[in-house]
Amino acid sequence: MAEAVSTERVAANTNYATAIREALFAGAISFGLFVLLVGLKTDQNIRNELILVQRWGVLAILVLLTMAGRFAYVAYLQPTLAARAAARAKAPAVAVEPSALRKNWTKLAVLGLFLYPVVIVALVGLQGSLKWVDNFGIQILIYVMLAWGLNIVVGLAGLLDLGYVAFYAVGAYSYALLASEFGWSFWILLPAAGMMAAFWGVILGFPVLRLRGDYLAIVTLAFGEIIRLVIINWREVTNGSAGISGIPKVTFFGIFNFDVSSPHYIGKVLGIATSGAYYKIFLYYLILLLAMLTAFVTIRLRRMPVGRAWEALREDEIACRSLGINTTTTKLTAFATGAMFGGFAGSFFAARQGFVSPESFVFLESAIILAIVVLGGMGSLAGIAVAAVVMIGGTEILREMQFLKAVFGDGFTPELYRMLLFGLAMVIVMVWKPRGFVGSREPTAFLHERKAVSASFTKEGHG
Amino acid sequence: MEYTVPMPDPILKVEHLSMKFGGLVAIGDLSFEARRGDITALIGPNGAGKTTVFNCITGFYKPTEGMITMARRDGSAYLLERLPGHEITARARVARTFQNIRLFSGMTLLENLLVAQHNKLMKASGYTILGLVGIGGYRRASAEAIDLAKFWLEKADLIDRADDPAGDLPYGAQRRLEIARAMCTGPELLCLDEPAAGLNPRESHALNALLNDIKDHTGTSILLIEHDMSVVMEISDHVVVLEYGRKISDGDPTSVKSDPKVIAAYLGVEDEEIVEVLTEVGDDRVIEELDAEPDRDHGPPDSASMLAGPVTDTIAHSDDEERVSVMRGASKAERIEEREARDRAAGISGQPDDKRGGGE
Ligand SMILES: Nc1ncnc2c1ncn2[C@@H]1O[C@H](COP(=O)(O)OP(=O)(O)O)[C@@H](O)[C@H]1O
Ligand SMILES: [Mg+2]
Repeated sequence: MAEAVSTERVAANTNYATAIREALFAGAISFGLFVLLVGLKTDQNIRNELILVQRWGVLAILVLLTMAGRFAYVAYLQPTLAARAAARAKAPAVAVEPSALRKNWTKLAVLGLFLYPVVIVALVGLQGSLKWVDNFGIQILIYVMLAWGLNIVVGLAGLLDLGYVAFYAVGAYSYALLASEFGWSFWILLPAAGMMAAFWGVILGFPVLRLRGDYLAIVTLAFGEIIRLVIINWREVTNGSAGISGIPKVTFFGIFNFDVSSPHYIGKVLGIATSGAYYKIFLYYLILLLAMLTAFVTIRLRRMPVGRAWEALREDEIACRSLGINTTTTKLTAFATGAMFGGFAGSFFAARQGFVSPESFVFLESAIILAIVVLGGMGSLAGIAVAAVVMIGGTEILREMQFLKAVFGDGFTPELYRMLLFGLAMVIVMVWKPRGFVGSREPTAFLHERKAVSASFTKEGHG
Repeated sequence: MEYTVPMPDPILKVEHLSMKFGGLVAIGDLSFEARRGDITALIGPNGAGKTTVFNCITGFYKPTEGMITMARRDGSAYLLERLPGHEITARARVARTFQNIRLFSGMTLLENLLVAQHNKLMKASGYTILGLVGIGGYRRASAEAIDLAKFWLEKADLIDRADDPAGDLPYGAQRRLEIARAMCTGPELLCLDEPAAGLNPRESHALNALLNDIKDHTGTSILLIEHDMSVVMEISDHVVVLEYGRKISDGDPTSVKSDPKVIAAYLGVEDEEIVEVLTEVGDDRVIEELDAEPDRDHGPPDSASMLAGPVTDTIAHSDDEERVSVMRGASKAERIEEREARDRAAGISGQPDDKRGGGE
């Protein structure tokens, strides 16, 4: 007994010893890296001379942070991860049935989402709720919807699409142009924008879908850029890079609207005080319903023959063909369906911003949406929603972290570091869960019992 | 085993089929027939072109020359080399399995069998649109599809594992599942590429039972590629032997077994000649090696990268080792032909190989 304890202690001691050594190494390396990048800064003084500003304090903080991080990783995180991996290796390959609480979790989450604006308004008042409903609620839900749409293409059908934002742009410009030119209502233009995006999905799909893997990725990437360049250069129609402003707001099915000067303003109709928050809350519920629609359709489609064919395509295209499945049309439907939801989201985006410009549809957007899908676990709606909350919510939270200025000095603007955070989070999640937050797959039909399929069996698709 | 004289009509007719890959003639002017209701075996050493024949029949390769006719039970006939790949299964009702098993490994057994009924279910769901809003007969069609899947899972003795991922099955069970999946497409001709390769005797036995069941109870004709002579002899009605893309023998199992050309191709030429042939060919592979287990991995399996390259651009190729370049005198059967010609010229009457016939 005593012996066992002592060997354990010895193991722990050596663990700390290696951790300290590793931390020193990491410190030395980070010092080497940062000494020129951070420790010294070139600047101009009043006489326009180039001078060196020395920032040893910041450098020390960075190096210490690195050392602490490395120490914590080697001393604590690594052993737990190893133990977890060992436990997982021992566990059976098929994931266990989720408990009843976890099954109802989605329902609770949806309920929570519906109550969210109410709770926020109750907590911080109508005016204070603006930021929370708009920046957090709506912003995150747009990305949830986009990621769920892209999930059909990438997660289910296994087609790597790097130009998804093109369909978002098509939807946004469809609404922006048609609404400001013809004054058509959002409720007509929403499906129209979806159709338009789906149509472009098919147009792109026809020539492209015979390509696979990297080639498909590159062509879709190019397509995204082409759409953006067309928008920039087709000035007569799209007003070029200046964008389109004054896009009409969404009305509540024509019963009342959110235009303060209009006689049908919600405040006048319902006899309540004027506030910009109504529109935001209305938009919140609108995008929530649109996202729910996306989820609902995805769940339904997965249980239909097309949805199964999409997943089969991801697993093995050749086997699909040998079973008489027309792989071209199957891919096209996946592309078109994904694009359609992108178009819906785009028209919502245009209505929410009141302004669209090509700036909003750069490749980075595609990359972020794809990152959310991959982080969440390809194919899993819940995982993707969590990933969107973490990624988009996380970058928004950075804006709130003004106290960081106290640490890094007044010139520090935390939101500039969102991409750094994004990358860091991705690396961490990919190390910790290579298949994303939810790697397992829910089968679409079962005979005896529904068992989740472990990620080790599913494939990502090759294009 | 013996042919009865009123022969059933051919379900598949392959005429003058040639397939060239660059300079390599994988199949040269091959003609054979598979009769309805029979198990026809296609045998031959590694690299003989058997899988290539399958790939031509099932539309994965477009043959360089030749005609492949599939005659369906209802009297309609299809020229398979002209049909687009997926229609060969959907309309001409030819299903196949692969030498390197191709299951949807992340989907459950049941889902695998449901995917195989895709076309039927698509129609029933009004091409998704009706099914999505819940009108039309999709619900019933879906229940029927599950029943059919259950039927085949039972036949393949896999019903207990219906809700497990296909990738989790042992090798033999995966082979049976692939056959069950092919059967779920409702085929009239089932093409099996080395179904017994790599199976242990018990799994092999279960497989034979499944094949005989299919033959006896569904009326599906079977075209079978096989290495294992004992399996071929046991279950097939008709054997076609390939060597270097040429047909060297065709007939019922007993006659094929005693064909000297087959013996030469398969076992090497006997006695002093075997040494001669092998040194000449530079080929020391023996029959055991032909039975080697096919590799199971279809390329790098666990790549987490979406950008990992496409690994499925060649179809059902076991390994590089079976790449054989045809050189003069490589064909063992050809040597027998040559010798026969020589002997005839020398005036020797009769078959010099008589004593060897049927020896195996
Ligand atoms: N796609 C291809 N490209 C080039 N050569 C091929 C291709 N497919 C098959 N071959 C060649 O054709 C020959 C026959 O191969 P295969 O049909 O796989 O033989 P078997 O199935 O009888 O072992 C081999 O020499 C093989 O290398
Ligand atoms: Mg082969």
